[in-house]
Amino acid sequence: MIKKFKPALAAAAVSLAMLSQVSVAAEEQFFPLIDYRVGPYGSNGQAFYGGFIDYLNYVNLKEKGVNGVQMTYEECETEYNNAKGVECYERLKGKAAKSAGPIHTMSTGISYALIDKSAQDKLPLAMMGYGRTDAVDGSVFPYAFPLVTTYQMQASAIIKFIKDKNAGNLAGKKIVYLYHDSAYGKEAIIAMEAEAALNKFTLVQIPVAHPGNEQGAQWLKIRQEKPDFVVFWGWGVMNQTALKSAQKVGFPRDKMIGSWWTGSEEDVVPAGEAAKGYMAATWNVSGKQVPVIADIETVVYGANKGNLQDKAKIGTVLYNRGVSAAVLSVEAIRKAQEKYGKGKAMNGEQVRWALENLNITDARLKALGATDLLPEIKTSCDNHEGSGKVKIQQWDGAKWVPVSGWIEGNKALIHPLFQASAKQYAKEKGITPRDCSKEK
Amino acid sequence: MNFFFEVLIGGLLSGVMYALVALGFVLIYKASGVFNFAQGAMVYLAALSVVGCVEKGAPLWLAIILAFVIMTLFGIATEKFVLRKLVNQPPITLFMATIGLAFFIEGLAPLVFGSEPRALELGIVDEPIPYILDNWNMVISKFDLVAAGVASVLVAALALFFQYTRIGRALRAVADDHQAALSIGIPLQNIWAIVWGVAGFVALVAGMMWGARNGVQFALTFTALKALPVLILGGFTSVPGAIVGGLIIGASEKLAEIYIPPVMQDMFGGNFGGIEGWFPYVLALLFLLVRPEGLFGERHIDRV
Repeated sequence: MIKKFKPALAAAAVSLAMLSQVSVAAEEQFFPLIDYRVGPYGSNGQAFYGGFIDYLNYVNLKEKGVNGVQMTYEECETEYNNAKGVECYERLKGKAAKSAGPIHTMSTGISYALIDKSAQDKLPLAMMGYGRTDAVDGSVFPYAFPLVTTYQMQASAIIKFIKDKNAGNLAGKKIVYLYHDSAYGKEAIIAMEAEAALNKFTLVQIPVAHPGNEQGAQWLKIRQEKPDFVVFWGWGVMNQTALKSAQKVGFPRDKMIGSWWTGSEEDVVPAGEAAKGYMAATWNVSGKQVPVIADIETVVYGANKGNLQDKAKIGTVLYNRGVSAAVLSVEAIRKAQEKYGKGKAMNGEQVRWALENLNITDARLKALGATDLLPEIKTSCDNHEGSGKVKIQQWDGAKWVPVSGWIEGNKALIHPLFQASAKQYAKEKGITPRDCSKEK
Repeated sequence: MNFFFEVLIGGLLSGVMYALVALGFVLIYKASGVFNFAQGAMVYLAALSVVGCVEKGAPLWLAIILAFVIMTLFGIATEKFVLRKLVNQPPITLFMATIGLAFFIEGLAPLVFGSEPRALELGIVDEPIPYILDNWNMVISKFDLVAAGVASVLVAALALFFQYTRIGRALRAVADDHQAALSIGIPLQNIWAIVWGVAGFVALVAGMMWGARNGVQFALTFTALKALPVLILGGFTSVPGAIVGGLIIGASEKLAEIYIPPVMQDMFGGNFGGIEGWFPYVLALLFLLVRPEGLFGERHIDRV
């Protein structure tokens, strides 16, 4: 009798086994990608989100996901427009209710628009190098994470770099702060003023009206001021115009140091020779010498699953930044699984906890093949930034070359500014801050 | 005083760059009475066509010719598919059509040639002229002087074209009244195709100068923002007006950017820089109150 049914039983057993495999494979970690690939800043988004998606696919191909959980995503195009960003968020949040990786909008405006909504919906919002910087204080902003570093800490790190170049003394020096006349450009002023008071240098602030494609007057003023350095907070066409204008008035480019929004290939290539020698801060290095970048090209593009049509973007500053953002996001999923269950998809609340308890050491970065791609990161309830370090890189006419190690901004000077601002925000919004000593 | 003149001359030369863009608006307005919202996008398309052809292996001279062909074909296509059906429609309808055209170009151009910002090398270095720098301690850029020369030649050629050629006179007749022009046998379709082609050529020149200066990228579409106050000042129908308007706007915004903020800071505290974004518009608005048709615009008198 048993003999008669043996093939049927075997078939049933195989089917069951397959079904169980299907159910395991069905476990998916969803990433709502509120991104931009077209419009005025489309090329920036193409490289960043290309790198981000390539890394998710890399984890799926190389490790078969995080403990078997496959990384999935859905993109929604914002064109770097705040209203469209909110629309995308509303469209994707339903799908993100069960499992959600951190949201990366690559836009300060969209981040500001989502900061309250994401907290209400319990979806973590990552703002790596942009967005609301006082969200460093996680007691007031539990769901917002200005990870790695902020505008103010970056400005402080740039001043530290300049100080080191001047034998540790900036007294009597003159530094021009040339900035995009917008919320973004004004963010670092408070840090620059604090540094000027501390280090006794003269700070000259020169704003540039949007879009910044005309800076003749500003650079004539800079020529008249004869500064020792220009710290530069530009965006889009303002970057190339500044470099060209500096050339026009004969200001040396190796005395100009920009923020990380001014330090990608897209910012310097259009300026041609005028960009040679120019320096900019960055929280991720460029190039394919980083093992994981080279491996992505082999594994993901080898399997014909690469996200970029233009492979030349692999290894650029913004591509590597997208990869580093994805590395942190996937590490957060891994961390969340350690606490809430391996092999399961994590929801927004669980990922939020993980983002607040990241501890990515150099040893871990090495294991990920991301040595020196980004600095060590250790977050906590009262420090959603986790690092505050940048490198200074210099454009040699063909590529960005790091000219410093990781430099940390003056935390003792800058972080109290965040706390004061967050406290004010909590007061205005009627938020009772969490007690970070009770958070684990 | 030296610094004042340095700012003034720098402003005048910047104004020439604004005038280059404004010229394209004037051409279309003269021929069709329409404010062409797509002029900034055309500047972008023209510059992108040049770098796109260079990237595909064409030498610069050939890329410029190919870009001119692209802009001419674009002009003909605009007449055939957009404007032809809108003859005798109110100007606002034609204006709305150009808004649609702008969005179309802004989407299509990067799709064809890519959206990455790129350099455009014309072989003119944007550096100060050493002789002037050494003897007068003033920064005057070689590139800006070349741009001024190009703009002067372009204005002279266009002024002569409108004033003394048969097509030029036909263009002006069409601008006055489409129907009347048609009734006396002026081929409206050909005229519009020609004027859009010429506007495409002007966009090509402007796109190359602006592209060489700041890189070829989407922000070239913003150059139109600087052309608007120039047009209000110079008049929508005057080619020389575009140049004079450009010079006034360029010089005044630079002088304002340098000299007004310190006064405001002394009076109110805070930081008042970055005013050149709005100053030209305020100036143009004030000018509108005194002379609504602009410096060289045609005074429009209707019989009641």
